[in-house]
Amino acid sequence: MIAEIGLGLLWLAAGLAVLQAVLGGLSLRLSHRPDLGDAVRPVAVAQGVLGALSFGVLVYLFMVSDMSVKLVAANSHSEKPWLYKFAGSWGNHEGSMLLWVAILALAGSGIALIERRVRRDTLIATLMAQGLIALGFYAFLLFSSNPFERLTPAPPEGLGLNPLLQDPGLAFHPPTLYLGYVGMSVAFSFAVGALLTRDVGPAFARAMRPWVLAAWIFLTLGITAGSYWAYYELGWGGWWFWDPVENASLMPWLASTALLHSVTVLATRDSLRAWTVMLAVVAFSMSMVGTFLVRSGILTSVHAFAVDPERGSFILVLLLLYIGAALTLFALRIGTVREGAQFDPVSREAALVLNNLFLTVILGVVLIGTLYPIVAQALGQQISIGPPYFNPAAGSVALLLVVAMAAGPLLRWRRDGAAAVARRLALPLALGLVVLVAVRMAAPDIGVLPWLGLAAAALAAAGSIAPLWKRNLRRTPLFTWGMVVSHLGVAVALAGMAADTAFMKERLVAVAEGETTEVGPFAVKLIRVEPVIGPNWTALEAQLEARRDGPAFTLKPQARNYSDPPTDTSEAAIATRLDGQLYAVLGKANGDGSWQLRLWWKPWVTLIWLGGGLIALGGLLSLIGRLWRERRLTAGGTEHA
Amino acid sequence: MRKFLLWAPLMIFGLFVGIMIRGLVVPEETQVASKLVGQPVPEFTLPAAVDSHPALSSADLKSGKPVLLNIFASWCLPCITEAPILLELKKRGVEIHAIAIRDKPEDVARFLADHGDPYARIGSDVSSKVQISLGSSGVPESFVIDGKGVVRYQHIGDIRAEHIPEILAAIEAAR
Repeated sequence: MIAEIGLGLLWLAAGLAVLQAVLGGLSLRLSHRPDLGDAVRPVAVAQGVLGALSFGVLVYLFMVSDMSVKLVAANSHSEKPWLYKFAGSWGNHEGSMLLWVAILALAGSGIALIERRVRRDTLIATLMAQGLIALGFYAFLLFSSNPFERLTPAPPEGLGLNPLLQDPGLAFHPPTLYLGYVGMSVAFSFAVGALLTRDVGPAFARAMRPWVLAAWIFLTLGITAGSYWAYYELGWGGWWFWDPVENASLMPWLASTALLHSVTVLATRDSLRAWTVMLAVVAFSMSMVGTFLVRSGILTSVHAFAVDPERGSFILVLLLLYIGAALTLFALRIGTVREGAQFDPVSREAALVLNNLFLTVILGVVLIGTLYPIVAQALGQQISIGPPYFNPAAGSVALLLVVAMAAGPLLRWRRDGAAAVARRLALPLALGLVVLVAVRMAAPDIGVLPWLGLAAAALAAAGSIAPLWKRNLRRTPLFTWGMVVSHLGVAVALAGMAADTAFMKERLVAVAEGETTEVGPFAVKLIRVEPVIGPNWTALEAQLEARRDGPAFTLKPQARNYSDPPTDTSEAAIATRLDGQLYAVLGKANGDGSWQLRLWWKPWVTLIWLGGGLIALGGLLSLIGRLWRERRLTAGGTEHA
Repeated sequence: MRKFLLWAPLMIFGLFVGIMIRGLVVPEETQVASKLVGQPVPEFTLPAAVDSHPALSSADLKSGKPVLLNIFASWCLPCITEAPILLELKKRGVEIHAIAIRDKPEDVARFLADHGDPYARIGSDVSSKVQISLGSSGVPESFVIDGKGVVRYQHIGDIRAEHIPEILAAIEAAR
């Protein structure tokens, strides 16, 4: 009965989405009936509540392990820890789509409740677009991926959850990314709304900015966490594999990073109108393309989602409808949008345009690399594209981007003098040069990219702190702090990537109990290998004793065997030190009493995720700063009116 | 020119969609070999599916000589058409073990009585867990496993008369 209630709620929410779109469309056409438009807001709020409740019902079904529901039986198990039952509700195709649409509907409610900055008709047009997007996903769920489908006869026990996914970090990884994707849909709806009412200006940009910023924070966190998960869970010692699914989350991030900067130009200076609208469309299409690539199975990946061409076709149709319509609207309407304010080639606007250009090029590189195998297959080849393509192509542009990032905040809006800019940039440039030379002298045989990367990181770190130079720090606005922290985060992450690539030491050895091997500055001794038992797995656990200069410490990598379903995983053991991580993976027994052991010493690798965290933290500071300032300005405005 | 540029994004998008549709519609031309070929079979222990035959565990697949592991079910129609072919293979000296999927002992016994019995051992996999861990998606499906327990060949679907040479060749190659 409970499952049927969930399905009913989903149908009701879909009905309200229809109403929201129809009412919105009518009120834009019939200007003598303002009452139609008045109804759009409450309908959007109700749609959000119903969508969220429907997802709540699914979570309940997972928590009580109702095996008569097909989805629960296929993905859960009554003896699983509660956290994973909970996470199991979105750890599968149907549940994750329901979560997506629930967040989407809640975001629609949020716009309807909070937004007061844009014109009334623009807001209604935005909510109409939001209703149409939600409608497509409701149709997807109801006609092709019903999460509440029953299973008769109900099996006595479920089939468990992929043990790779039994990890608290991963449990919250998909929802984080979805919050990001959905935020992009809000930006998209605002862009469509503004195009429909020809209202592309600073007010629209200010309304869109917090959503873009929030979405971008979640995408940043999602990618950072996902990268760390792949690093310690897959046991391959790498932090980025250019896997299609990773690229699927990176592409919206690149587009939204560009959007974030251009929307600021539009809000502050009323420039880049058409470009900002275009980016909003691109950012959302990248989220949808990502979803499509993952779910359709058109590309193979380590992320094993239920793959189904029918589902793929459905998402492709949605993509075609939304993005096709938005791009057509763009081509028809953007000519009638007045050009925005002009700016000089040496100005902060110009630097931001450059930043957008670089980000777009990287996006193109990643997109082409991700899709190339499909194109090649159409041409009759089977090919897979990996780091040898992505690293130099994306990496070299990324280095230019980082340098531009260091310079941008030091430029004035509208126009600036080249000599003054050179003066302000002198110190960061000098620091970059010093590092460039120093690294070359100290380590002449490292690769070109990591070498330049270390220098660019130093330049960018100095350049990102420079805007605070000679400023009263207590009167510096919070969003300026946000920018500084985010840019510093990019420099920190880049330093981590370059240092790990340049100085990482890897060792694959066979050692018997009692033997010692070396990796980097560490001596590692295999004490013993013994079986251990966990709640739903058994494992062979190696006890390693590692020592550098100070006291020895213990590492315990495991080769785990999950019983249900039978799956082997390796649990890497990672010891974190201030200057890096020692990473150990236990392999197979060799039969002669020795064990395969894989060891890595990864200097400064933790900086990558620290940097990712700083980038997201900067976004958060900026978001709070913007919202706070706007609240104060609005409050001040009413006082004086 | 500027007018044309405004339509460019839509055209690029159209190209993208075209490629994607082709990718979805046109099936992959070459059959991708199973990931399990070349890998050892996962560890498992199954109870006997029927009283007349001994049970099956992964240890039985490491007897030193190659075997054919057949995944079948009494409720599976293609398995009936496959049964005489398996008998033919047995006659030619192939040792065949089986895993019965989601089956009951009395049904398995009736299946063997009606359609012949080529099997040495039969394990019962009531929840398909071992089937899934083998990377098998349906019944019938067969694996050639060498004497060390490593999968050497996978045949999806029922083995027909014309497949006998391939199976025998795979068995030979696994010796």
